[in-house]
Amino acid sequence: MRDVAVISFAQAPSVRRRLDANEVEILMPVVQEAVARSGLPRREIGFTVSGSCDYVAGQPFAFVSALDAVGAWPPITESHVEMDGAWALYEAWVKIQTGDVDSALVYSFGKTSMGDPGAVLNLQLDPYTVAPLGIDAVSLAALQARALLDSGRYTEKDLAEVVARSRRAAKANPNAQLRGDVDAARLLAEPYLASPLRRHDCCPISDGAVAVVLAAGDLARKAVKRPAWIRGIDHRIETHDLGLRDLTRSPSTALAGEKAGARTGKLDLAELHAPFSHQELILAEALGLGDGVQLNPSGGALAANALMVAGLTRIGEAAKRIHEGEANRALAHATSGPCLQHNLVCVLEGE
Amino acid sequence: MSEPVESIESVKSIQTPIRLEYSYTAGRASTRFLKGMAEGRILGQRCPECTKVYVPPRGSCPRCGVATQDEVEVSGKGTVTTFCIVRIPSESLSIKPPYAAAHILLDGADIPFFALIQECPFDDVRMGMRVEAVWAPRAEWSASFENIRHFRPIAEPDATYDSFKEHL
Repeated sequence: MRDVAVISFAQAPSVRRRLDANEVEILMPVVQEAVARSGLPRREIGFTVSGSCDYVAGQPFAFVSALDAVGAWPPITESHVEMDGAWALYEAWVKIQTGDVDSALVYSFGKTSMGDPGAVLNLQLDPYTVAPLGIDAVSLAALQARALLDSGRYTEKDLAEVVARSRRAAKANPNAQLRGDVDAARLLAEPYLASPLRRHDCCPISDGAVAVVLAAGDLARKAVKRPAWIRGIDHRIETHDLGLRDLTRSPSTALAGEKAGARTGKLDLAELHAPFSHQELILAEALGLGDGVQLNPSGGALAANALMVAGLTRIGEAAKRIHEGEANRALAHATSGPCLQHNLVCVLEGE
Repeated sequence: MSEPVESIESVKSIQTPIRLEYSYTAGRASTRFLKGMAEGRILGQRCPECTKVYVPPRGSCPRCGVATQDEVEVSGKGTVTTFCIVRIPSESLSIKPPYAAAHILLDGADIPFFALIQECPFDDVRMGMRVEAVWAPRAEWSASFENIRHFRPIAEPDATYDSFKEHL
């Protein structure tokens, strides 16, 4: 295995609706900042890969026009996943492992506000028997939350405390969309959106973009002072049939975590991609994250959740804290699909 | 009572129509372009690195990966770089075939775009043909590319192949 590190990270501030800029205009400064911070000349970066979803953008091949933000001449080696950018990063990591390239630019963008995210996410369900029911992402998450409460392991107060911690942590994150001091008791007085979930239990609708640069071995060491080494990365998926899953557990996260080495050393922090409050509880349990691990110091997806962006942002936020010496070992997680169907875990470490 | 599965006619297809609505964000560059259209002007943007002029502009140079900001007004006259005669109807287009669709490189621009050629026999349409924009009546203008109805030939000698071969 080659040593591969995240050497830079940049993101656009997450906002409810960017009316002043289209995707390319949001993405371009983010890509330029990530490349500038990497210290690598753009044309020497060996591979470019993005994650996005045409249904979010509302146009076919939106990822091709997004290349306008990168500069693709002379021709570059480029790829795309119709997924969160965290999976684009996985592809880049594999590409570097093959020895074909030593560095990669990974980015993703999501202008979620242009469409109806509930209707867009419905399209990732089984198209024959589930999607035609018209069920949206919040309702599915509420079914999962209800099952979790019924299991007796958590209460609605636990959900509210996840939200309060996210909002508090996001106060230190200038790119977050929702932040502030709220207490759990007040949150519990709010009405339900889709019982047992209240509006604050659900991620906001966000427009955003994120970019990171990866580099291998000595190239990473030369480029930046403190690379965030990827010690393990793995992703696992569960059946698309919701009725066959125990929605209160995340075995795919547990397995990905085990393969990525989540439990092989002390973690300082974990950035978990939990678009709904109860999902953070399920994920922390699956990964065996104890009291000593700081959860979502950025505020997580409850503070900002541009579709296709929020997972890669978790990896960037974790890496940033290693770059800056705030943490030595961090876990980042990304999810995709309904009710935490598909999960990626990445363990990062300083030198 | 249930029928044995073998005797049930198999389902070979189902229809699950999808309808999604979007509130499009044009962005800075396209907003400038569309507002120019409403005034009867064709506005492009020049790349600060390679100096190419993009019409319509998208706010960036795809070659260089840098933002474009310098605005350039280009002419409504241009050259057909390539074309085809379309004879197949499309449900999503109101125009009835046959019609001539062409790539047109406006004078002063470095990228061609698609438009219709009308007001001449199809046999006359050719690479290098000089054409001009035919605008809708002023009262019908809006912030839309559709203000330009189509292009028609003008009485100028054809452009040489070398003058547009970079833009095919």
